[in-house]
Amino acid sequence: MRCVILGSGNIGTDLMMKLHKGTDASGSGATPLELVALVGIDPASDGLARARRLGFEASHEGPGWILDHADEVDLVFDATSAYVHKAHAQEYADAGIVAVDLTPAAIGPKVIAAVNLTEHVGAPNVNMVTCGGQATTPMVYAVCRAVDSLPYAEMVSTVSSRSAGPGTRQNIDEFTKTTSTALREIGGADTSKAIIILNPAEPPIMMRNTVFAGLPEGTDHAAVLDSIHQMEAEVQAYVPGYRLKNRPVIETGPYSTPGGVVPHRAVILLEVEGAGDYLPPYAGNLDIMTAAAQRIGEAIAHHSAAQKAGAQA
Amino acid sequence: MSTGVDYRLIDSTLRDGSHAISHQYYADDVVAIVRGLDAAGVQVIEIAHGDGLGGSSFNYGFSAVPEKELIARACDAATNAKIACLMLPGIGLADDLREVNELGVQVARIAVHCTEADITEQHIKVAKSLGMEAIGFLMMAHMNSPEGLVEQARLLQSYGADTIYIADSAGAMTTTDVRRRVNALVQALDVPVGVHAHNNLSMAVANSIAAYEEGATNLDGTSAGLGAGAGNCPTEILAAVSTKYGITTGVDPLALMDLAEEIVRPLMPRAQVIDRAGLILGYAGVYGSFLLHAERAAERYNVPVAEILLELGQRQVVGGQEDMIIDVALELATQHAARETTP
Repeated sequence: MRCVILGSGNIGTDLMMKLHKGTDASGSGATPLELVALVGIDPASDGLARARRLGFEASHEGPGWILDHADEVDLVFDATSAYVHKAHAQEYADAGIVAVDLTPAAIGPKVIAAVNLTEHVGAPNVNMVTCGGQATTPMVYAVCRAVDSLPYAEMVSTVSSRSAGPGTRQNIDEFTKTTSTALREIGGADTSKAIIILNPAEPPIMMRNTVFAGLPEGTDHAAVLDSIHQMEAEVQAYVPGYRLKNRPVIETGPYSTPGGVVPHRAVILLEVEGAGDYLPPYAGNLDIMTAAAQRIGEAIAHHSAAQKAGAQA
Repeated sequence: MSTGVDYRLIDSTLRDGSHAISHQYYADDVVAIVRGLDAAGVQVIEIAHGDGLGGSSFNYGFSAVPEKELIARACDAATNAKIACLMLPGIGLADDLREVNELGVQVARIAVHCTEADITEQHIKVAKSLGMEAIGFLMMAHMNSPEGLVEQARLLQSYGADTIYIADSAGAMTTTDVRRRVNALVQALDVPVGVHAHNNLSMAVANSIAAYEEGATNLDGTSAGLGAGAGNCPTEILAAVSTKYGITTGVDPLALMDLAEEIVRPLMPRAQVIDRAGLILGYAGVYGSFLLHAERAAERYNVPVAEILLELGQRQVVGGQEDMIIDVALELATQHAARETTP
């Protein structure tokens, strides 16, 4: 599947480096994604210079370039901003280009790579929630699949100040609201809350995420812990630096959550170390987005190929 | 600022004090405290979950009563004082400001770690668009230099902040630290400056007076010092000391003493003293509201609370990272277990 990366900043460039390797997100086979171009708006950007060095088409003409080359493009990874994505999403759809939206624009259905990877593979536009959402929704889902009900889930994401870009900084409410919604819609919690903290420590800290899940009376705690460990492995399949920093623990309350009083909570302490493809390893928050984007793009490509094969048969 | 006073007193018993009672305020407590502060002449009364609007959570502790119910009661109970709310972008939402403004809240304190001011633009602008006074509130101010704070404060000012505070959230500053920072801010800014002091090093009142002498015209206190860590600058002591200095506050120290003694102290689960853990917060520069969470984790995982706090200081954690307390406690427990099994 022929794809373009729109946005030549940190995220777009890191994704380019991942696709340049030629292997798929799990590292076990060839990627079905063929990178056609990296498209930005700043001709002097480091990302575009790298693209040229690697032999990719590098354009600074923005969304217009993609629409002018619609016949050569099947999929766009949009790593610009919610504003830019909203302004052009319909044009991509009209041109028959599938959009994987890495911005918080949230036009299309939400996809968390470890949870509902193939649910929306036929959609014209899918949204990747937030970095914190990609990191924590899988664990909320892991608890949810091991319990009868999950009244309340909460995530706390701490990222190094250096890895929080201006988009996040100018609209931090968008991060918490979108992430919180994903914990319910995809994670399966009845109620939820998301918190983000920026930490300026030097050297920069690795991305940390903590998931708290309220466990109702009668929960099989061993099953919850097993499911959490299993999910760690499922995410590691495409984000090798995703790990439980400490063993998950079940603490005793009671806790008066917004979803009702629960006797226990699960505490899941996560760390995400980036692969260091373009960004330094501490920027696990950006790495988990680009790794998930590649995996989602590949799922769409496989689906598209299967559709075409079906049509030809 | 109200005319005829040398500085404006903002009381945070119902916000920062909430940490010390694990966010278990009830409506009757709120009404009694607001009436007491209002009658004593306090100009601004802050109320919210200890971690600001939307702070009720696993990470920071759930409020016994939804904060907006308590805020509504506070607005009803106040006759002269303005009601303020604090919010931290990343924890609370701009929508929370809209809701509390509907309830009658007139002052929004937008709090942020002292190096991250640029995440407050959206919230300061929303507060201003609602007609609220917007106070930019730089937390953990000991972690940034006077020059660094000036840079951050200028950002807050450019977003429309009417007043700019620095908060000694870890109670880690000496009077020299406070003087240098306040002086730099007063010189550089067009808006009034305020200081929010904590008492972990037993410096809260002295630091507040020093801040005033350097030109700060807003000071924070809490009744009986109720608050995070070893507590805040006690409002009634600040008022009494100010009077001795000949500083006009517009508040009645004796009325504040009555409130502290008769209403607030009976609510306190323990005296607000500087014990070992409280002192370590100030000594290691750790966010004050970690104290009770760290004590709970120490008990649960059988590790010394002092070790937890020192390690948090080493890691340079910032306000809001309460989850790291469990992380540190588990790591220490693993280390202790390894030591015990090694012959």
